[in-house]
Amino acid sequence: MMGRFSLYNTSIDFLRWRKLAMGWSIAVLLIAVGSLLIRGMNLGLDFTGGTVIEAQYPQPADLAQVRETLAKAGFGDAQTQHFGTSRDVLIRIPPREQAKAATLSNDVLHTLQSAEGGADVTLARAEFVGPQVGQELVEQGGLAALGALLGILVYVMFRFEWRLAVGTIAATVHDVLFTIGWFSLFQIEFDLTVLAAVLAVIGYSVNDTVVVLDRIRENFRKRRKGSAQEIMNLSINETLSRTIMTSFVTLLSVIVMYFFGGVVMHGFSVAMIVGIVVGTYSSIYIASATALYLGISREDLLPRAKETADDRP
Amino acid sequence: MSTPYTLNQYPWWKYLLIGLVMLWGLVFALPNLFGEDPAVQISGARANIAVDAALQNRVAGLLDAEQLPHKRLEMEDGRLLIRFLDPEAQLKAADILKDRLGRDYIVALNLASAAPGVLRALGLNPMYLGLDLRGGVHFLMQVDMDATLKQIEDSYVDEIRTQLRAEKVQYVSVSRIPSGGVQVEFKDAAERDKAAQALRKNLSGLQQSEPGPLSLKLSLGEREIKEKRDFALQQNITTLRNRVNELGVAEPIIQQQGSDRIVVQLPGVQDTARAKEILGATATLEFRLADEENDWDQAASTGRAPLNSRLYKDRNGRPVLLQKRVMLTGDSIVDASSGLDQQSGGPAVYVTLDGKGAKRFEDATKDNIGKRMGVVFIENKTETKRVDGELKKTAFTVEEVINVATIRDRLGRRFQITGLDSTREARDLALLLRAGALASPIEIIEERTVGPSAGKENIAQGFRAAAIALLVIAVFMTGRYKSFGLIATAALAANVVLLIAALSMLQATLTLPGIAGIVLTMGMAVDANVLIYERIREELRNGNSPQAAIHAGFDRAFDTILDSNLTTLIAAIMLFGFGTGPIKGFAVTLSIGILTSMFTAVTGSRALVNLLYGGRKLQSLSV
Repeated sequence: MMGRFSLYNTSIDFLRWRKLAMGWSIAVLLIAVGSLLIRGMNLGLDFTGGTVIEAQYPQPADLAQVRETLAKAGFGDAQTQHFGTSRDVLIRIPPREQAKAATLSNDVLHTLQSAEGGADVTLARAEFVGPQVGQELVEQGGLAALGALLGILVYVMFRFEWRLAVGTIAATVHDVLFTIGWFSLFQIEFDLTVLAAVLAVIGYSVNDTVVVLDRIRENFRKRRKGSAQEIMNLSINETLSRTIMTSFVTLLSVIVMYFFGGVVMHGFSVAMIVGIVVGTYSSIYIASATALYLGISREDLLPRAKETADDRP
Repeated sequence: MSTPYTLNQYPWWKYLLIGLVMLWGLVFALPNLFGEDPAVQISGARANIAVDAALQNRVAGLLDAEQLPHKRLEMEDGRLLIRFLDPEAQLKAADILKDRLGRDYIVALNLASAAPGVLRALGLNPMYLGLDLRGGVHFLMQVDMDATLKQIEDSYVDEIRTQLRAEKVQYVSVSRIPSGGVQVEFKDAAERDKAAQALRKNLSGLQQSEPGPLSLKLSLGEREIKEKRDFALQQNITTLRNRVNELGVAEPIIQQQGSDRIVVQLPGVQDTARAKEILGATATLEFRLADEENDWDQAASTGRAPLNSRLYKDRNGRPVLLQKRVMLTGDSIVDASSGLDQQSGGPAVYVTLDGKGAKRFEDATKDNIGKRMGVVFIENKTETKRVDGELKKTAFTVEEVINVATIRDRLGRRFQITGLDSTREARDLALLLRAGALASPIEIIEERTVGPSAGKENIAQGFRAAAIALLVIAVFMTGRYKSFGLIATAALAANVVLLIAALSMLQATLTLPGIAGIVLTMGMAVDANVLIYERIREELRNGNSPQAAIHAGFDRAFDTILDSNLTTLIAAIMLFGFGTGPIKGFAVTLSIGILTSMFTAVTGSRALVNLLYGGRKLQSLSV
C-alpha cells in the first residue's frame, strides 16, 4: 500500500528561494541556448529532407557488411545503425537530386536484397522527404508553436491578469527552451513527433501553471491579510500535492510509452518526460516568481465588478 | 453549507443522461473488439463489368480448386469480398485470382472489419487505421505548374505564327519570354496593330500589352492561369486514379492538397517500386483512320491484323482495327475540354490543335469524310521483375482505343467529338486527351512507406503501452485515493471507451502518435480527479463534513479543471491546424480526449460518488 506523502500542511517558503531558482533557470537556459547556437539541433528527416530506410533482417545484421554493400552500390554517404534490435537496420541517406531521390528507397532495398544473405530482407519503413517539404515543415512548426503560445497568452490574460499571463508565458517558454535544449545538448533526433510533443508540453505546462494561478487568485480574494509573497507561497503549498501527483501520474503514462510504445515513440516520450519534469518545476517557481517581480498585488486580482459598483453615483 | 444530506444527489435524468452517453459509447466502440479479417476485394475494372452471383460462383470454384480455406464470400456495393483466416491464404488467393480473372477485374488486398453484419448494417465501423498502423504507402506529389504553363505558352507560340501567316501579317519573330508570356516583334507599327486586331479576334483568351513601339506581348490572364492550373491538377488526379485502379488497392485516397499538390495513400501496398512505376507512367496519343475494309471481330478471333492495319482493343475490350498510318499525334493538341454540342445538345468534347497539327489534320481528313477515326491512348510503363534472381527493368507500352468517331467534316484547328453516351464519358475523354497531350510533369516530393508487419508491430506496441498505462494509473490511483481511486479508474476506462467511440464515429484516422495522444490523455484525464480529490481532502482538513467536502471539492475544482483543459485544447487545435498525417492523428485524439475526459472525470465520476455516498450520513471519508 502506498503511504500518504507528507505534502499536506507544508509551509515551504518557496519564493524565498526565487532568486536562486531564477538564477538557476537562467543559467540552464543559457546552456540550452548556447547548445542550440553551437551544436544546433539534430534535425530529423522530416525537416532536413532525405531518405530513411528501416530494413529487417531475418538474422542479426552486420553493420560493417551492410555499409560495404551500400558503398559499393554508390551509397557511400549512407549512415547505418541498428534500430531497436540487431536485426533491424536504419539507413539514412542525405538529400539528393530530386529525380534520383524518388526511387532511392527501392534502389537501396534492392541493393541489400541482392547482396549475400540479404534475400529475405524486408522493408519495415521507408521515408523520403523532399527538401521543399522539410523547409515548409520547419516554418509551419514554428508558426504552430508561436500560435499556441499566443493563443494561451490571450486566454490567460483574459481569464487572469497580465502579470500572471506574462508569468505563465515565461514558464512555458522556459519549458520549451529547456526541452529543445535537452535535445540539442544530447543530440537526440528532433523529428515531427518530437515537435508534436513540444506542442503538447506547451499545453501541459500551462495546464499545470494555471492550477497554481487559480489558487493564487482565489487566495488573494479570500484572504485580507498577508503580503503578495506570503499569499503566493500559501497557494503553492496548498496546491503542491496536486501538482506533484498529477505530474507523477502523467509522467507514469509517458514512461510507460517510452518503454512499451516502440522505438518510433522514443523521441516523443523523452520530450514529454523532460517537459513534464521541467513544467512541474516552472509552474511552482517561474510563473509566480515572474508575476512577483512584475509587482503583482491583491488589487490586481479583485473582481472587476467592484470597480464599476464604486463608480455609481 | 446548507443541508448536507441533500447534497451530492443528482436528479434521475442526469443519471439517465450519463447512462445513455455510456451506452452510445459502448455501442460505437463495439466494432473495434472484433478485429479485422485479411480479405481480397474484387470489383469490375470498368462500369460494364458486372460483379454478380456468376462471378461469386466462379471465384468460389477457383478457391476450392486451389484448396484455399476462406471464411466466406460477400457481395457488397457491387464488390465481392472474400474473407480469409490467415494472410498467407489471402496473398496466395489474390495472386491466383489476379491471374485467372484477367484485366476485367480489380483484385485488391484489404482488411475487412470482422464485426458481425448487424453492426455494419447499422453503419458502425471500427476506427480507421492510418498507414503507419495498417501498412501501406503515402505519396505527396507535386505538379510542376511552371512547366505546365511553359508548355501552354510554347503551344501558343506556334499558334500565333500560324494565325499571323493566315492573316498575312508581317512579323519579325515570335518567342516565349522567360518571365512569362509570348512576345511578337514587328517591322512597323501598322503591322503590329493589324496583328493585335487579328489575335484579339482569334485568340481572345490572351491579354495583350505593348512593351515596346514595335512589339506585342501576349499573356494568359490571371483567371486563365488559375483555370489552367486547376485543370492540370484535376487531370493529374484523374490519371492517378485510373492508374491506382490498376494497382489493385482496396481503399485508395487520392486528394488535392493545396493548389498544386496531390496526396496519394495506398493502404496495404507492399511493392512500392511497382506503385511508383505505375503512377509514374507517361502517356501519348495517336489519331488513326479506321480500317473499314476488314472485319474487326474476325481479325480479333484469329488474333492477326491485316496488312497495313493494327489490332487494338477499346476500353470495353472490344476489338478495333485501325490503319497503321498515324494521322496526328498528341503533341499537336493544345486543349481539350468537354461541354454540350450546340446542335444536338448532347455531350461533346472540344479539341483545339496547334497550327502545324491543324494543317496536317485538315489534309488527312478532307478526303476521308464519312469514314471513321480512332484515338489511341498509349501509356509507357516500366516494370521491375526478378529474372533468375536479378532485378531487371523492362519498358513496355499499353495501348487502348479511347474513342472511335465518324469524320463528319474537314477537321481543322478546332473540332468536336460527339455521340458520347454521357457527360461523364465526355469529361473522361477530355481528361484522357489532355493526359496524352499535355501531361504536366509530376514528381514525388514525399514518401512514407510502412511495411505490413511493421504496421502490425506498431499497433501492438501502441495498444500494449495504452493498456499498461491504464493499469499503472489504476494501481497508483487506488493506492492513493482508495475507493475514490477506483471511481477515478472507472471514469478513466469510460473515457477511453468514449474516445474510441468518438474516433470510430467520426472515422478519424488513428495513427501511432494518435495512440500516444490516447496514452497522454489518460495521464491528463486523471488530473481532473486528482484536483477534485485533493480539494476534498483539503476541505476535510479544514473541518468540513464529508458531504460538504465532496460537494465543495467538485464545485471548486471545476473552474480549475476548465481553465487547465482549455489551455491544452488551444495547443491541440494549433497542432491540428499545422498537422500533417500522423501529427494530425495526435491532435485529434488529444482534443477529443480532453473533451471526453471533462465529461467522464467531472460528471461521470461525480455520478458514481453521488450514487455511492450521496444522501447518506457519513462519519468519515476515506479519500
